[in-house]
Amino acid sequence: MIYDVIIIGAGVTGCAIARELSRYKAEVCVLEREEDVCCGTSKANSAIVHAGYDCVPGSMMAKMNVRGNEMMDQIAEELDVPFKRNGSLVVCIHEDTLDGLKDLYDRGIANGVKGMKILSREETLAMEPNLSDDTQGALYAPTAGIICPFRLTIGFAENANKNGVDFRFNTEVEKFEKDDEGIWHIRTNNGEYKTRCIVNAAGVYSDHFHNMVSEDKIHITPRRGDYYIMDKEMGSFVSKTIFPQPTAYGKGILVAPTIHGNLLAGPTAIDIDDKEATATTQAGLDAVLAGAGAHVKNLPIQRKVIRVFAGLRAHEDHHEFVLGEVKDCPDFFDAAGIESPGLSSSPAIGQYMAGLISDKYGFAKNDHFDPISKGVLNPQKLSLEERNELIKKNPAYGNIVCRCESISEGEIIDAINRPLGARSLDGIKRRTRAGMGRCQAGFCTPRQMDILHRELGIPYEKITKMGGDSYIVRERSKGGEDK
Amino acid sequence: MESKTELTCIGCPMGCLMTVTMEDGEVKSVTGNTCANGDKYARKEVTNPTRIVCSTAIVSGGDLPRVSCKTKTDIPKSKIFDVMQEINRIKVEAPVKIGDVLLDNVAGTGVPVIATKNIEKVG
Amino acid sequence: MMNYDIVIVGGGPAGLAAAASARKAGIDKILILERDNRLGGILNQCIHNGFGLHTFKEELTGPEYAQRYIDQVLEDKIEYKLNTMVMDISKDRVVTAMNRNDGMFQIQAGAVILAMGCRERPIGALGTPGYRPAGIFSAGTAQRLVNMEGYMPGREVVILGSGDIGLIMARRMTLEGAKVKVVAEVMPYSGGLKRNIVQCLDDFGIPLKLSHTVIDVEGKEHISAVTIAEVGPDRKPIPGTEERYTCDTLLLSVGLIPENELSRGAGVEISRVTNGPVVNESLETSIPGVFACGNVLHVHDLVDYVSEEAERAGENAASFVKAGCRDSSSGEDIQLIATDGVRYTVPSTINLGRMDKMLTVRFRVGAVYKNAAVSVYFNDERVMHNKKRIISPGEMEQVILLKDKVAAYKDLKNITIRIEQD
Repeated sequence: MIYDVIIIGAGVTGCAIARELSRYKAEVCVLEREEDVCCGTSKANSAIVHAGYDCVPGSMMAKMNVRGNEMMDQIAEELDVPFKRNGSLVVCIHEDTLDGLKDLYDRGIANGVKGMKILSREETLAMEPNLSDDTQGALYAPTAGIICPFRLTIGFAENANKNGVDFRFNTEVEKFEKDDEGIWHIRTNNGEYKTRCIVNAAGVYSDHFHNMVSEDKIHITPRRGDYYIMDKEMGSFVSKTIFPQPTAYGKGILVAPTIHGNLLAGPTAIDIDDKEATATTQAGLDAVLAGAGAHVKNLPIQRKVIRVFAGLRAHEDHHEFVLGEVKDCPDFFDAAGIESPGLSSSPAIGQYMAGLISDKYGFAKNDHFDPISKGVLNPQKLSLEERNELIKKNPAYGNIVCRCESISEGEIIDAINRPLGARSLDGIKRRTRAGMGRCQAGFCTPRQMDILHRELGIPYEKITKMGGDSYIVRERSKGGEDK
Repeated sequence: MESKTELTCIGCPMGCLMTVTMEDGEVKSVTGNTCANGDKYARKEVTNPTRIVCSTAIVSGGDLPRVSCKTKTDIPKSKIFDVMQEINRIKVEAPVKIGDVLLDNVAGTGVPVIATKNIEKVG
Repeated sequence: MMNYDIVIVGGGPAGLAAAASARKAGIDKILILERDNRLGGILNQCIHNGFGLHTFKEELTGPEYAQRYIDQVLEDKIEYKLNTMVMDISKDRVVTAMNRNDGMFQIQAGAVILAMGCRERPIGALGTPGYRPAGIFSAGTAQRLVNMEGYMPGREVVILGSGDIGLIMARRMTLEGAKVKVVAEVMPYSGGLKRNIVQCLDDFGIPLKLSHTVIDVEGKEHISAVTIAEVGPDRKPIPGTEERYTCDTLLLSVGLIPENELSRGAGVEISRVTNGPVVNESLETSIPGVFACGNVLHVHDLVDYVSEEAERAGENAASFVKAGCRDSSSGEDIQLIATDGVRYTVPSTINLGRMDKMLTVRFRVGAVYKNAAVSVYFNDERVMHNKKRIISPGEMEQVILLKDKVAAYKDLKNITIRIEQD
């Protein structure tokens, strides 16, 4: 078959575009080299919805950020995404840089950010008592928020899929060529795909694909960000997202509650060459400790850490989103250079790109488009009576598998068996939070393996943490047979 | 020829640091121990060290796929891996009770391998 | 709502022993809530021997040791629910729990005994740099996989941390045919028992590198190598000492943390040192009628001491219930002070009115002491001075206080326990 559109990459950008395209009558397919959606930058970031005051006025980044932020309430509602406008503070700790807050404020006004306020030292400390004693003042942006980046991406994908978009996982694009009839032939490790239009949403690899077809080269630097995530005990250490004043390297090391009640500190901004190097380094982690420590006081990161991780932002040389059809290559659309505020911008990028594409090809509206996709049912939101009803109907909801996050077997089965369901421990984790708590899956790994084995018929030795070669157990002991 | 061997007693959590003095293959003295068990252990450890081997065996039809087991008494330390090889070939059917003999005379030691866990039959 | 005299959270060694002793003390309505599918707790995966020397005067494996208490509980017809997770404990001792068959249910308990045990510190808590691939396990998770489920995580193993489970797993993996290349311990001494170092490492020629830690993890999908480096007294890696080990498995035995989420939820005061509840001589927490024992209270070295402690918790909970669920203390509490190398004491306070004839005070030290003494002071007067050849953090220490002596001492406010070097 010939697809109308093939999107390379099932990160938040690719999935948002897919979802917006599913509003139209078009055959759309997303190709993803990993085993699941949300496996690259989308899974390892600050999980922040930025207000949009620090983008250069007039840039695509500014437009997409502010628009994306505005759209997020509706998106969260439709796709069942945990989201909260907790507000952000850009905290000034040096008297001589106080003017910088005003500059940011002015930018925010130019970008159309609503509700901002410059706060005095006293007002700032009244709002966040755990800020540094050096605090001089802050820019408060009430529209900033925190979000679950996993559910946002998965929600886009599930909803796209519900409305007809195909997804192909473990499918790595190797090469593509346009034939005489204007049809793209995409060669992958998983067969050939044909399409009229390619969308490049390949994250840190978006320059690679762009440069395969265009003379107007772009360059993406993987910019690594190291993070600490802390125990839920620390979740209320600050209530707002605390930023330092921005620098040339970005928004700096923030301290923020996560939507699930943990506390996050990071990221660094370390430019590297290797597009795969998502390893943290000691130097990077030390930089987070120092950076976070400058703006909040007595934060016991090292005593309360439950995980360190690193993500790569796709930093384009001009620090701008590259959105639209490539000038010297018709029918090839870029959604490239999507770094921070990419997550915040994703709803707007999806809408913008789908608009461009449907305009060009004249797609008709899909009258059956259903904007709603519910996430995995969270029984913790139910009353005792409702929960008991649920367990009576499906006893698996009465069996807790992940003790730290209180995730039941019912939720895990739901995560596995829903469309585009989880195939690995990390897939379950991103859909349910099982294994994301303080014991970091020490307790529930064998139990989750039992469920994956039973539900999907995968032999234990083939069950993975995240697809590929990430097997959990190598073999049965004593050369025994599978149970 | 006199030789000294340093040993950590394993008889109890005290973990006494002991010195065994040997002469011509005979134990001349044991020092550092706080009880008679230490003395006994040290003499044995330098002349005829033994261990109890604990492992698991394949069990079918049970509530677990492995039943834990051990050599009923200690076996020569040098035979640990011979014992393991034979334990790895054991296959039993549930139910299994603690103390059930899974293997007589493991690796020619004259010692049986016994189950250390109850495994219920299922299905 | 159901009613029970005593609800015990956890059916491991502590919960089982507490239940049996509460029954012996005459309590009828006892309920054990266990989240796993069999009683016995972590002992089910501890298939090595060495359990029970104190209690039964013989060497048992973990499952055998557990079975003796399970048999007692069965004989006493003590009720228990398996596959049941306790979700919440309230100040008023209402226990909320859940399982497949009963759904979510609540129990009003006369007394609650916390016996949830402990959990392992994960690699995340160390902030170790590098990748986070598959193939990294806490030693206990690997122990369950190997000993109960019958799976081998890998064939080439590096172990970080020389806690007992790490040492035990070094031997276990070796016996199952894996190559254990090294055990790295960040401290200058091992946190494990001596016998385990001898029988699990020395027996198999597995090197133990003290003052070493993992400073890098390689492998994006599955672990392929780690780098180990020596650390200085500040526990920071010393440049130039790096050694790379290829491996397909990294096991961690870097500490156990009492599992007190439920206790915290109830508002129980938690010690910053043990991460367990602060308890009085009756092993009662800051909430009257809520008792704690075993590894949820403080991490023990030997299960025998867990059982002994749990039996006391069971008796004391029984007394509480029999006294109409009311506090029976009298007079001022005597404070126990841990200092000079003693990290903490269990209990933290003694009320003479409720003190038994003999009270065992347990504690751990913070460093290795050779030829030192454990001293006990009543106020400022030294009343005990027990010389020991070695005192080490890996092993729990104890002193026994006699009620006669404590009661006879005039104006006793503080009992201080300290390590004194001669």
